[in-house]
Amino acid sequence: MKHQPVTTESPLVKGLLITCAIIILTLFLLMPLFAVFVEAFRRGAEVFIASLYEEAAFSAIKLTLIAAAVSVPLNTLFGLSAAWLVTKFRFKGRTALLSMIDLPFAVSPVIAGLVWMLLFGAQGWFGPWLAERDIQIIFDLPGIILATVFVTFPFFARELIPLMEAQGNDQEEAAVTLGANGWRIFWRVTLPNIKWGLLYGVLLCNARAMGEFGAVSVVSGHIRGKTNTLPLHVEVLYNEYQFSAAFACATLLALLALVRAS
Amino acid sequence: MSRKRVIPGFGLTLGYTVIYLSLIIIIPLCALFLKAAGLGPAEWWEILTSARVLAAAKLTFGASAAAATVSMVLGLLVTWVLVRYEFPGRRILDAMVDLPFALPTAVAGITLTQMYAPEGWIGQYLDKIGIKAAYSPIGVFIALTFIGFPFVVRTLQPVMEDLGKEIEEAAATLGAGRWTVFRRVIFPMFVPALITGFALAFARAIGEYGSVIFISGNLPYKTEILPLLIVVQLEQYKIESAAVIATGMLSISLILLIIINFLQRRLDWQHR
Repeated sequence: MKHQPVTTESPLVKGLLITCAIIILTLFLLMPLFAVFVEAFRRGAEVFIASLYEEAAFSAIKLTLIAAAVSVPLNTLFGLSAAWLVTKFRFKGRTALLSMIDLPFAVSPVIAGLVWMLLFGAQGWFGPWLAERDIQIIFDLPGIILATVFVTFPFFARELIPLMEAQGNDQEEAAVTLGANGWRIFWRVTLPNIKWGLLYGVLLCNARAMGEFGAVSVVSGHIRGKTNTLPLHVEVLYNEYQFSAAFACATLLALLALVRAS
Repeated sequence: MSRKRVIPGFGLTLGYTVIYLSLIIIIPLCALFLKAAGLGPAEWWEILTSARVLAAAKLTFGASAAAATVSMVLGLLVTWVLVRYEFPGRRILDAMVDLPFALPTAVAGITLTQMYAPEGWIGQYLDKIGIKAAYSPIGVFIALTFIGFPFVVRTLQPVMEDLGKEIEEAAATLGAGRWTVFRRVIFPMFVPALITGFALAFARAIGEYGSVIFISGNLPYKTEILPLLIVVQLEQYKIESAAVIATGMLSISLILLIIINFLQRRLDWQHR
C-alpha cells in the first residue's frame, strides 16, 4: 500500500514553492552582491587596482580601521558588563535596561549623527567651550568614532545576552562555593563558555562599524583624504560618476559582509 | 523576599553599564529633545506641517509600510521553503537571507541603483514595460524591501521550526485538506511572528538612509525621505528644524519599539 504523508504538499506545489524561493533569493539578494564585483571589474583589473592604490582610498581605509579599532573594543567591554549584569542578576529595572540597550536599533543613523552635532557642533551645548580650547570633535575623528559607537552600541550585548542566559549560572555559582573571586570566575568559567559567541559578536560589531554610513556621514564633514571613511569615499566616487572606482572600494566592504555571512 | 546575590560583580557591572549607557545613548538623545523643546509649539507646528516635511513623511511611511508588507509575504514563502523542505543548496539559501543585514548600506545603495537604473540589469526590462524604478518612489520601496526582508524571515523561522506536526496530523485525520490545514491551522500560529517581523522591518525602514539616498534621486517634494530631509536642514544650518524633525521621527520609532517589545515578549511566551 502506498503511504501518502499528510503533513507535506504534493511534489508539484513543493517544486513550485522551492523555485519561487530560489528566484526571490537569487534575484533580490544574491544579484546585488554579484553586481558589486561585476561593476568593480567592468573596466578591467587595472582600473580596479588603481582605484584602491590611491591616496584618498588609503586614507579612507585607514580612517575606517581606526574608527572600528576604537569603537569595537569600547562596545565589547560594555556588552560584557551589560550581559553579566542582566544574566547573573535579577533586579528592579532590568527589563527597562534591556529595552534601553535596544534603543539605538530604533534610532535612524542620521539621528545618531545629529545628536553629536547637538552636543559638540559649533551650535551645540559644548560647542563654544570646545572652540575656545581648540578641540575639534565634529568633522573630525572623535565625532566619527562617537557616531560609530552609538550605531554599533547594541550589537555585541544583543549577541551575548541570549547566549549567557541559555548557559545559566550553575557553573558560576559552583565556582563561588569553591571560593573563586569575581575576576577568576569570569576568566576561568564564563569566558571559555562564551568564547565563540564573543568572537561572533566582535565580528558582527566590527562589520557594522566599518560599514556605517548615515551616522558617520552627518558628523564627518566629507573632507577628502581626511575625514572620509571607506563608505563615504564610495559615496563621493559614485557621485563623481567614477562608478568603477566606487564599486572597487565597495568590494572591500562587501567582502566584510561575506566574512560575516560565512 | 530578596534572595542574596551569590555571584559577585553586581555593583561594578551595574555602575559601568549605566554610566556608559548614559554617556553614549541617554544624554545625547536628551540633547536632541532639549534642542527641539527650545522651540515653541507654533514653530513646531510650522516645521512639521510644512509641505516638504509632509511630502517626505508620506513617502517614508508609505514606502516603509509597502516594503514591510511585501517583505512579509515574500518572507513567509521563503521561510516555509527553508524550514519545511529538504533540497540541495538549502543551507546556502539560508545564509543568503542575512545578506542585507551584512552588506553596508552605502554599498547596497549604489548597487541597487545600478541594477534598477534604466540601463541596469533589471531596470532595462522594467523600463520596457514603462516602470521607472530608480529615481522614483518605486526605487525607495525596492531598497526598503531589500533592507526589511531578513527581519521577517529571522523572526518567523524559529516559530516555524518549533511547530510540531501533531496538530497538522490531527487536522488531516479530521478530514481537512492541505490548503485548509494551512489556512485554518498553521497560518494563524504564524500571525504573531509575522506582525513582529512586519514591525521590525517597518521600524528599520523608517530610519533607513544609506541604501535609499542613491536610488531615490532625492527630488524635494517627490523622492525625498525624512532622514535625508534632516541632513538637508543641517546643510542649511537649520539645526533647530533638523532637531524637530528628528524628534518627531524618534517619537514614532520609540512607540514602535515599545510595540515590538510587547509583541516579542508575547512571542517568547507563546514559544515556551
